[in-house]
Order: sequence, then C-alpha cells, then structure tokens
Amino acid sequence: MPVPRQHVALLATLALAGAVTAFGGSLNAYHLDVAMNVGIAIILAVSLNLVNGHTGQFSLGHAGFMAVGAYLSSAFTLRLVPASASAFEQHLLFFAALLTGALAAAVAGFLIGLPSLRLKGDYLALITLGFAEIIRVVFQNTPALGGAIGLNGMAPLTTIAWTFGWVAVTVFTVSCLINSTYGRGFLAVRDDEIAASASGINPTRYKVVAFTLGAFVAGIAGGLFAHHQLAIDPRGFDFFRSVEIVVMVILGGRGNTLGVILAAVLLTLLPEFLRPVAEYRMVLYAALLIGLMLLRPQGVFNLRLGRSATGKI
Amino acid sequence: MTEFLQQLINGLSLGAIYALLALGYTMVYGVLRFINFAHADVFMVGSFAGYYAARHVPAGTIWGGLAVLFIAMAACTVLGVAIERFTYRPLRNAPRLNILITAIGMSLLLEYGVQLLFGSTPRNFPAVFPTSQLHLGGLTVSSNQVIVIAVSAVLLVGLQLVVFRTRLGAAMRAVSLNPRAAQLVGINLNTVVTFTFALGSALAGAGGVLYAMNYPSIDPFMGVMPGLKAFVAAILGGIGSLPGAALGALILGFAETFVGGSAYSTYKDAIAFGLLIVIMLLRPAGLLGRLTVEKV
Repeated sequence: MPVPRQHVALLATLALAGAVTAFGGSLNAYHLDVAMNVGIAIILAVSLNLVNGHTGQFSLGHAGFMAVGAYLSSAFTLRLVPASASAFEQHLLFFAALLTGALAAAVAGFLIGLPSLRLKGDYLALITLGFAEIIRVVFQNTPALGGAIGLNGMAPLTTIAWTFGWVAVTVFTVSCLINSTYGRGFLAVRDDEIAASASGINPTRYKVVAFTLGAFVAGIAGGLFAHHQLAIDPRGFDFFRSVEIVVMVILGGRGNTLGVILAAVLLTLLPEFLRPVAEYRMVLYAALLIGLMLLRPQGVFNLRLGRSATGKI
Repeated sequence: MTEFLQQLINGLSLGAIYALLALGYTMVYGVLRFINFAHADVFMVGSFAGYYAARHVPAGTIWGGLAVLFIAMAACTVLGVAIERFTYRPLRNAPRLNILITAIGMSLLLEYGVQLLFGSTPRNFPAVFPTSQLHLGGLTVSSNQVIVIAVSAVLLVGLQLVVFRTRLGAAMRAVSLNPRAAQLVGINLNTVVTFTFALGSALAGAGGVLYAMNYPSIDPFMGVMPGLKAFVAAILGGIGSLPGAALGALILGFAETFVGGSAYSTYKDAIAFGLLIVIMLLRPAGLLGRLTVEKV
C-alpha cells in the first residue's frame, strides 16, 4: 500500500526536528534562533492560508489570535510551572500551556468569526483588524497580564523540536484537511459562495471552522513565539504583524501550501540577510514588496498559474 | 454643561481632521474599490512638508499659515498622483488583494523612507498660525481649533462643489457608480482616477498640517493611527458616500474625545474599532451607504 505523501513528510519533519534538537548544542546559536523564527512564521502563514487562501476569507487580524495564545500560555507557565520542576515536567507543562493558549485563541476566533463572517472582502478585513486592535488594547489595560509593559521572564522552552514538530503537525493537518472530502467545502466556498450553498454546503459553517482552526494554530504559534522571545508586549502584536503574515500568504500564492511555506522562509530570512544594511532594511523590504506585486502578481512561488491566480477576495 | 460643550468643541476639531482624511479614503474606494493604505502616510508627508515650508514663511501670521497649508497640499497632490501613476495603475486589472498589498508596501516605503531621510526622532511642529485663547463664557477655545474647524469646513464645502458642480466631479460619480458604463459614454478612467487621487491627497495634506498644529509632535509613523481611524470613519458613514465620511468622522471625533475625557481614557484607541464592529453588525453598509446585492 503506498503511503500518502503528507504522512511521509510529517514523519520526516518530526524525526529531523528531534535529531536537530538532540545535536543542537553543536549548532550556532544564531542559526538556531533564526530557524525557530522561520518555524513560527511557517505555522502562522500556513494557518492564515487556511482562512485566507483556501477559504477565501480575507482576515487582517491574525496577530490578535497570536497575542491571545502568547499571553495565555505565558501566564500559564509563569504562574503554574514551579521552579523546581524537572526538564521533562517543564516541557510537559509547556505543552499544556500551548494548548491552553491555543484553545483560548480558538474561542476568540469562534466568537469573532460568528458575527463577522456575514461580511465580505474589505469589510471583513477591516472588522478582523478592528477585533485584533481591541484584543491588543484589552491586554494593554489588564494589569494581571503586565499592562503596557507586557510579560517577561518566561523560561526558554521553545526548542527546535517543539517548533518544527508543530510545523509538521500544522502542515499535515491543513493539507490533509483540504484534500479530504469535507475539506473540498473550503475550496468551494472560496471559489463561489453562492454556487457552494446551492449545492448544499453551508458557507457560514465552513468559514467559522476555518476561522476557529486558523486561530487555534495561530495561538500555538503565539505560545512558541512567547517562549522563544522570552518577553512579549502588546506592541509586538500590532497591525504590522498581521500584515507580515498576510504578505507571506500573498507572496506564496494564496491556497498554495508549499509556496506559502517558502514565502514564510524567505520573508523571515530576508531581514537577516539585510542586516548589514540595517538602515535601509525596511525601505528595501517595502520596495521589494511593491516590486514583486507589480512583476509577479500571482505570488512568487505560485508555479501553477490559474487556480489561485483567479484572486477573488 | 460647560464641560460637555468644551468636549464637544474638542471633538469637533478632532472630527474635522478625521473628515479630511476619511474623504480621501472614501473617494478612492468609490472609484477604484480598494483601501488605499498609503493615504495615511500621504497625510504624514503633508505635515513634514508643512514643517519645512514653515521655515520659509513668517511664523504666526495668517498668510504664512495659509501658505504652509497650500504648500503641504501641493506637495501631497504631487505625491498622491505619482503613487497612483507608478504603483496602482499598472495593477489596475490585477486582483484587488494585490493592489491592497501594494498599498501596504507603499505605506511602509513612505514611513521608512521618511525615517531614513529625516530620522525617527519626533519634531516639534512650529506655530504657523497666530495663536491665542478665546474665552466664550466658561469655554476655552484655542485659535488653532477655530482654524482647524474653519479650514476643514471650507475644504469640505469646496469638495462638495467640485464633486457635484463640475464635469470632472460628475465623471467621478459616474465611475464610482459603474466604471465600465462610464467608459462607454466616453469618460477617461485614467483622468478621473488621477483627479480623485489629487483631490484626496490635497485634503490629506491639509489634514496633516492641521493635525500637527493641534498635536505638535510629528514623526514618520504619526499617520498610522489617524489613518486607520479615518478609514473606520469612512466605513461608519458608508464607504463611497462623501457626506457619510464626514458624518462618520464627526461621530468618531466626539466618541473619542468623550471617552478620552472619562475614566476609561486608556481605551480611547479601542473605541473606534468597537464602534466599527457595532455598526458593521447592525448596518453593514454604514450609516449613509447603500447595500449592494450580489447578482448571480
């Protein structure tokens, strides 16, 4: 019996992540740091791709869900993990913390998704942006979560194994979901909502599922991010962060998982390569963005023209 | 009561500035159907242009102030038209999402470009108009507020005249109603789009100077929040509708000033988005907008 491609990829990535962690001590710390940033970016981009690329719902609020995951998982590890815990216990509790953060993000995604999905296109983009800003302001005004200063002092629990383990699980889940019978509904909703509902698909349900799942995964990424950066504050989850994730999805070609992963890698590595010209970094980034949109409007890594190039909002 | 009236005046002057910005968003949206994220940065460039222009005119005089205002408006008009010509026009027929990303890229380019050229330290905007405090009963009104409200009112009335009394204005309205049909009856789409960007950017430039007069600290990222809020205002009023944008901006200005003056002042920045969500759920087309039904 042939083993499906996704399963092989999942197992290979998990094994590789475990191996890299086992020999992590001999690797350059800077390279490990960048690799974890890349992994977190991939998780965020692939989860947004489910909402934005596959289901066709333009969300500008992904940083908000990431913030929920980051804050709640940090609060969990800061409050509930005793200093005396062994490494194994710490990582076990870290897993619980990640799930807590992600569940909270999923609840936020569900609550936001339910009313806002009556809206379409630019309006949906704006209302998700609005929700993300509100989440940020609420965190900023909650003294228990550090207020404007944010939280710090988390243990550095995010490892390569955790990061790329979650990358593998995310990519696996999303690509299997999309290729399943149930998952075709997401594509149907994107391609034509009216036709989809005429053929018995409930668009609202699919949209809410996509939103909730996307938020859950973004929450995981937020938790990993928090335990990698070791200090988070509300400004780190602003509008620009959401835009960054959207840009990865667009550059990768919406709905094209491999392209989105490559774009996430490229856009995370780019600022590192531009470090020698630090002052010009953001200007070059912006110019590159405009240039790519003008020259390759279907996404840099979208080699199959057509399907995702139709570009409906 | 005095307190209430005082806040009302503060809200009016804030709302007037939002209105100048919101009109640019709503006009571009009406004609091209996309969110021009770079608009907020045109506004920022307006206040920088005003800052440099202010060095060459006598400070604290009416004519000097008007000259600064005019120079900023002219600079922004050139900038806005150039942005449209070189980045949005080649993408005219691309998916809307791509134009949106390009607009975000343009916005970043302007922010970091200005930061590169002029540094990121906030600058103190000089008093370009004569300043004094007027006392009306128990109310204190600064001359800046009077100028902001007066200039905005003049510009809004002027815009209304341009859009409803000139041929180009009629062409603009035709394009926003149906771009294809407008082209069929001989309207040059490019002329209309250029004109729209020129008008919107000029208003943003004026808004930049007026904003900097009231909040006299300018930096490359000053446009982001007012820009988002002005766009929210445009949506509140119903995007594509000029009176709607002005109405939404005033509502937002009042709401923000009143919340800012209450015990919940730290939630000031969230109020715009809260209002947005409520309006979107109750009236998805905005206060004065018309809902379009998608036809199969």
